Amino acid sequence: MSEVLVNVENLRTFFYTEDGEVPAVDGVSFHIDRGETLGVVGESGCGKSVTSLSIMRLIPDPPGKILTGSSITFEGEELLTKSDSQMRKIRGNDISMIFQEPMTSLNPVYTVGDQIMEAIELHQGLSEKEARKQAIEMLNLVGIPSPEQRVDEYPHQLSGGMRQRVMIAMALSCNPKMLIADEPTTALDVTIQAQILELMKRLKDELGMAIMLITHDLGVIAEMAERVVVMYAGKIVEEGSVYDVFGDPQHPYTEGLINSIPRLDSVKTDRLHVIEGVVPNPLAMPQGCYFNPRCPYAMDVCLEEQPDLIEGEDGRKVACWLHSKDRSGVA
Amino acid sequence: MVQPAEAVEKQSHEGTDDLIVVNNLKKYFPITGGVFSRIVGFVKAVDDVSFTIKPGETLGLVGESGCGKTTTGRVILRLLEATEGSVEFEGRNIFDLDREDMRRVRRDMQIVFQDPYASLNPRMTVGDIIGEPLEIHGVARRKEKDDRVRSLLETVGLRGMHARRYPHEFSGGQRQRIGVARALALNPKLIVCDEPVSALDVSIQSQVLNLLEDLQEEFDLTYLFIAHDLSVVRHISDRVAVMYLGQLVELAEQDELYENPAHPYTEALLSAIPIADPQIQRTRKRIVLEGDVPSPSNPPSGCHFRTRCRHAMPKCAEEKPPWQDIGTEHFVACWLHEE
Repeated sequence: MSEVLVNVENLRTFFYTEDGEVPAVDGVSFHIDRGETLGVVGESGCGKSVTSLSIMRLIPDPPGKILTGSSITFEGEELLTKSDSQMRKIRGNDISMIFQEPMTSLNPVYTVGDQIMEAIELHQGLSEKEARKQAIEMLNLVGIPSPEQRVDEYPHQLSGGMRQRVMIAMALSCNPKMLIADEPTTALDVTIQAQILELMKRLKDELGMAIMLITHDLGVIAEMAERVVVMYAGKIVEEGSVYDVFGDPQHPYTEGLINSIPRLDSVKTDRLHVIEGVVPNPLAMPQGCYFNPRCPYAMDVCLEEQPDLIEGEDGRKVACWLHSKDRSGVA
Repeated sequence: MVQPAEAVEKQSHEGTDDLIVVNNLKKYFPITGGVFSRIVGFVKAVDDVSFTIKPGETLGLVGESGCGKTTTGRVILRLLEATEGSVEFEGRNIFDLDREDMRRVRRDMQIVFQDPYASLNPRMTVGDIIGEPLEIHGVARRKEKDDRVRSLLETVGLRGMHARRYPHEFSGGQRQRIGVARALALNPKLIVCDEPVSALDVSIQSQVLNLLEDLQEEFDLTYLFIAHDLSVVRHISDRVAVMYLGQLVELAEQDELYENPAHPYTEALLSAIPIADPQIQRTRKRIVLEGDVPSPSNPPSGCHFRTRCRHAMPKCAEEKPPWQDIGTEHFVACWLHEE
């Protein structure tokens, strides 16, 4: 049943700045199955957006660079060796992306119809008339009322929720196999977020596409994802099914993250759990495990050596010395 | 009003122990149009809002963007002039105060802003930022001021030596601590916290929330906590008020409001928030509200929420529902709860 759609192997995306080398993504490996929703969680600067931009080959070079030895395959084909024109065919057609800010991702001087039609005409070679018909169909699909009129409106005439629907319509117009959604609801109000999440779930069922959902909101992940990848400082610290990761987090960072959010359904407690300290400066990463300065369980080995992401018998993966003895057999 | 201030204070303090009493507060922003910029309409940002805050209490004010929660906070501090209504602070209507009296009252009422990047002057050192209110109000100068700044920085979990640095040298969470230190400088009684943690990462958010709670206990602070995140508001508030399109729709003790929401909007809002537990989240029933919030310049007749309400009745379009107590200080404005 599960067939790998995207496989990322040892992805390293570095940025070369005046201040030095920034390892934004440092040796990340994971996969996404066909039709699956993978949640990627982490705080700002953990490398979750850079990972998705690397898959799309949208890393600005310079200053960014995907290092040799990295591999990203889509349906078995290596993306990192494709030419720019080959990549253009894949983007929009096979893999689409929606961003956090629906206002800045839409062009203010074109109507929403023009912008949706552009992708359809380019990728599917349809005539303007056919493309317009399909654009209206797409707007209808994403639940925009009176799409025949809306198609001729400009982005500023639409509300934030409507703009995000337009973005989704545009991303789905060529029926992609995978949608990368980078914080798709962060800029939206909760009642509008609820509408967009319901829409994404419905479209996923109808169109059978895979979704890579990037967000810092654990609630959104709990609702949408089947599997979860937790990132910290450019590395994956934990990976597993959404039920395992939320029900029994194994990495101290995941545990801290889940415990530190106030919950809607919990009676008032005195104090929130806190992860002490701040995310490390990428120009001066700590020795050993990157989380050790903030980790309540840090041991001697954590200060010296970096733990690998190791898969246990239950299929869960965690990069932590607390779990590596019983997992790998060697301490 | 020719009565001396103290007399007024005594008079209205009888029978009430509220720190802040907000009565029928309105704030309309004019919309101008045409060649001569005539006033063609009003945005009713705050439209007849009343509530009270007790000393030492945290009142949460929640709502979606554009509902008027930030404007309410600013009008209460007189950072914006109200169109109508009154705000009594310790029994005195602050809208009646002249410049000099208002300046004195401002010592007791401070604000922490949402954006820790925009609310600190990048060209001032942290010491100057926190010391400025002390100097303006003539509380402390030179050595004494420096000592006070240092102790404030330590109070909010930073170090005294940070006073010589500039805002850009700090992370978002640290900057928000600087904003809190500035608000604390004059020993205020009330702090309006306007989305103080919404720009921060999850792990930093809990640090700042804990700090706000510790400070409240240590300095007997009263908070008006404005936020869109209902989980955060539940955690920090004693009572919670829900706002929609310029009006309050519901107000109750936090447990009561979250366990027994009486207004259809509160109910929908609560159901919209995903809970970070897949076991629970996937069994919840969500009430999805159709459409967007209507424009505050032309709100619907009667109940403002009726255009998105699944229980809307003919009466809702005709008449504004009364603000009534449905038991144990649980206030709601909805025709469903009419006796």
